[in-house]
Parts: sequence; structure tokens; C-alpha cells
Amino acid sequence: MKVLVTAKRVIDPYVKVRVKSDGTGVETANVKMTINPFCEIAVEQAVRMKEAGIVTEIVVVSVGVAQSQETLRTAMAMGADRGILVESAQEIQPLAVAKILKAIVDKEQPRLVIMGKQAIDDDSNQCGQMLAALLGWPQATHISSVTLAADSAQITREIDGGLEKLTVNLPAVVTADLRLNEPRYVTLPNIMKAKKKPLENIKPEALGVDIAPRLKTLKVQEPSSRSAGVKVADVKELVAKLKNEARVI
Amino acid sequence: MSVLVIAEHDGHQLKPGTANAITAAALLGGEITVLVAGLQCAPAAQVVASVAGVSKVLLADAPQYAGFLAENMTALVLSIAKNYTHIVAAATGMGKNFMPRVAALLDVQQISDISSVVSADTFVRPTYAGNVMTTVQSVDSIKVITVRATAFDPAGNAAAAAPIENVAHTADVGISKFEGQELTKSARPELTAARVIVSGGRGMGSAENFKILDPLADKLGAAVGASRAAVDSGFVPNDYQVGQTGKIVAPEMYVAVGISGAIQHLAGMKDSKVIVAINKDAEAPIFSVASYWIVDDLFKVVPDLTTELG
Repeated sequence: MKVLVTAKRVIDPYVKVRVKSDGTGVETANVKMTINPFCEIAVEQAVRMKEAGIVTEIVVVSVGVAQSQETLRTAMAMGADRGILVESAQEIQPLAVAKILKAIVDKEQPRLVIMGKQAIDDDSNQCGQMLAALLGWPQATHISSVTLAADSAQITREIDGGLEKLTVNLPAVVTADLRLNEPRYVTLPNIMKAKKKPLENIKPEALGVDIAPRLKTLKVQEPSSRSAGVKVADVKELVAKLKNEARVI
Repeated sequence: MSVLVIAEHDGHQLKPGTANAITAAALLGGEITVLVAGLQCAPAAQVVASVAGVSKVLLADAPQYAGFLAENMTALVLSIAKNYTHIVAAATGMGKNFMPRVAALLDVQQISDISSVVSADTFVRPTYAGNVMTTVQSVDSIKVITVRATAFDPAGNAAAAAPIENVAHTADVGISKFEGQELTKSARPELTAARVIVSGGRGMGSAENFKILDPLADKLGAAVGASRAAVDSGFVPNDYQVGQTGKIVAPEMYVAVGISGAIQHLAGMKDSKVIVAINKDAEAPIFSVASYWIVDDLFKVVPDLTTELG
């Protein structure tokens, strides 16, 4: 079975994000970038499926700037077989990403697409669902386990009150939540090997996809900050403050 | 302007978030219709008919909508979508699951997790774990929107109930099957609806130790939450997680116990009205958002606080 996974290049989750002084976006110059943590979990899942002999080939796709090659190399160092970069310096919003991915899926014909549930930069949580919709495939989002059979997959999803069980027909799109697995560390020999793996570069226009943004960004700001709090010496003082000052108890 | 809000419910009651989404919908202007879909959910339709601002309730009561199965919910929403300028749901597990599917088939770029309505086509939404607020304007003819519940007050009760109409059922799409849910049973309030939340982090040390939060939560009538570190360590189940990728909460009071305060956790709770932090590390980042904090051993402070509350 062939599996397609996606990998987005994002600002490292441990970096303090700063808004540009002109309010047009966030500062990305000289900022540490990484593979989106949920995409990393998606890649790991595909690699485990290959190691278990269920999956024969893993294709990893990234949509973004030229440097997203590094993100694809990371995924290939984890075990993906080849990479496709759909390169654009423009902002590409989730609907357009889903359309690009649909064009790739139509060409590659995987039986399963594994994506991260959300990218930690834009926090939209849309692409997987949109791709499934455009393909007419079933979806399973926020999954914490997946078991593949010949024509279907047994899924456990994380929902607000606990867990949900689903069966989806294949082909399907699934999106990874935190508890699906713990991604491996890439080793130096695997990083070296990944450099020799094939990486194809495509432009969105070549796929015939309209990537014009549908949302115009008018303003980007930092949130209003909380007023400074106070350190209290002990429980007695805390309870007094909560009763008399904050009036929450 | 005509707004369709999709209700989340357990068949009888609305789940937290829907009444807040109705408030956001009211800010868009125009009539509000609420769609209640599910299996044996007529009582929930009665409840939503009495929420202020609702003009009409559409009821779709059929087995294919059990568990809000994304493929079937999408088919249903699409069957009536052309009647509306805005389609709105809370950005809960349910809304996140099927709304983008609806948006894609309408060829619309969804606006996720809005925290403010500027106008009928312009919205503010948090990005980068709530560290950046982005104002966006949609050029799409239909706006598909999910709403951050904590940013809007829940709509109150109406003087008179809105009419309830049955809506034609769409067929089971038949490519996925809802097999059931395992819900965490608790006598406590739901995290996203609680007035007070007591949350534990890695500092709790073990699943056994985590239980010392229970008597404190009992005293405060609080829900119990956790940081990702506590969930990853196996102290509590996944659905306790508060944070960027867990639940977003904004209670009257949030008590953070043994939580260092990673930005991903702060993203889920920093809009709480009063934040109390208990941590023995004087440098813990959680103190940067705390209203009151104690630097001390939580295993001493928590029992003392429980006793002091009487």
C-alpha cells in the first residue's frame, strides 16, 4: 500500500513569535524553523506502517517556500521514500493547499493520506478535512490509533469528552493527534541517506491550481497582555485575596 | 444576511460552545437558524428553540447523523447551505471535524476559531498559539466560520420559543461508520463550561499524586484539567488537556498546580479571569500570566488550601 504524508515548515514551537513592527505578519528572518510537530507524528505513523510491512512506499509532500526542502529531508531521514515540494513564495491558504494536495493525490494514487491535525503557526485545522472533501474520501481527524485492513481502517479519534471509534473505507484521509505515536529522532546516517532520496520540485501553476488567497490579512497584532499579578506569601493570604480582591470564592 | 448555526448537543442538552456561537452569529446581523442534527435529538431542538436570538430551528433526527459523522453532517449542511450567507459552529471537536469539509465543497476558505466579529466579512482570530491576533477579511460569498467559545458570552433564554421544522434527511454517504464513543465519566462540570478549573502539570509526579487535586476541586466546584506534560506522562486521560491543541478555557478562576507554563499551555488558559499558580520553581513562566502565585511545594500548598477553604 502506498501512503502519502504531508509536512509543513513552521516556526519552532519553542521560539517566541514576534509580530513585525509594520503589523503585516510575524518575523521569520533568522528564526529557527522546524517540521510542524503534528506532521512529524504523521510521518512517524507512515514509517511504522512501512516497518510493519503494511505500507510499501511513503511519499512526503510539502507546500511552501524553497527552504521547505529541509522539512522534506527531515521526513525522508525519518523514513519517507521520496519527496515532492510544491514551491511558492506566496501565502497559500488551507483551501488552496488542499487543492494542490488533491492534484498530487490524483497523480500518485495513494490508498491513505496521513496529515497532522493542525499546523501550529496558522492553527486552522482544515487541510485534512478539505482534502478528504475534495477527493470524496472519508476522513478521520484527531486520531490516536489506526489499524489498517484491506479495504478499511479502524480508527480511534480524540474527541472533547473522551474517545470515538470509527471505521472508514479506504482510500481515506486521516489526521494525527498528539497521542498517535512518539516520533523518532533522526540519526546522522539517516540524514545522509535522505540527501540521496529523490525530491521533485513542482510549481502550483503546473498543477493547474488557483492559489489566490480568499482571506485578506488586514492586521496582525500581539494580544493584549494581562495586568501584572502578585506573589502571595501563603495560603491564608491567597484565600484572603481571592475572597476580598478577586471575589471569585 | 441569514446565518445558519450548527448545534452541538447530547440529544437532550446543548454542549458548551453552541450558545456562545449563537452570540457570535447575532453579531453578524440577520436571522439565525439553528440546525440540530443527530439521533433522537428532538429534546435538544426544544432547548435551542428557547435560546435568545434564534428565529428558527431545523431538526434532522436520523441514524446517519449519530456521532456527528463528518461525511453525513456535511451532506446535510450542503443540502441547505444555499439559503445562508454565513454558516457557523463552535470550534469544538465537532465543529473542527466537519466544518472544513463543508467549506471545501462550497469552495470557501473557512475562517477558523474567530475571537471577534469586526463586521459581516471581517474577523479576528488567534494564531501561533494565541500569541498573534490576525484580522482577516473574507472575499467568499458564503462565510464558513468556527467560533472560539471563550471569546463570546453564551446567549441567554428567549421570551418565546422559536418554531421547529423538520428538514429533509440526506442519505447515508456510506463511506464511514460511527462505531461509538467512550466518554470519560465524571460528576464534575465539563472543562469548557466550568466556572473554576483546577489543573495539574508534570509537577504532580504521578497519577496517584494527581488525585490530591480532587478534594480541592470538590471544595471549589471545579472541573479538573491538565497540561500536556501531565497527559503525556499518563497521569490523566487526553480529554483533560488544556492548551493550544487541547481545550481552550476561560473560567472565572484557573488554578495551575505544578504547571511550568509552556506557551502551548498558556494558549489554552491565559484568558481566564483570575489565574492562581502554585509552583516551587520561582522562575516558572506560568507566573507571567498569574494573578496570584505561591512559590512553594504543591504537596504542602494544595492540602493547606483545601483545608483553608473550609
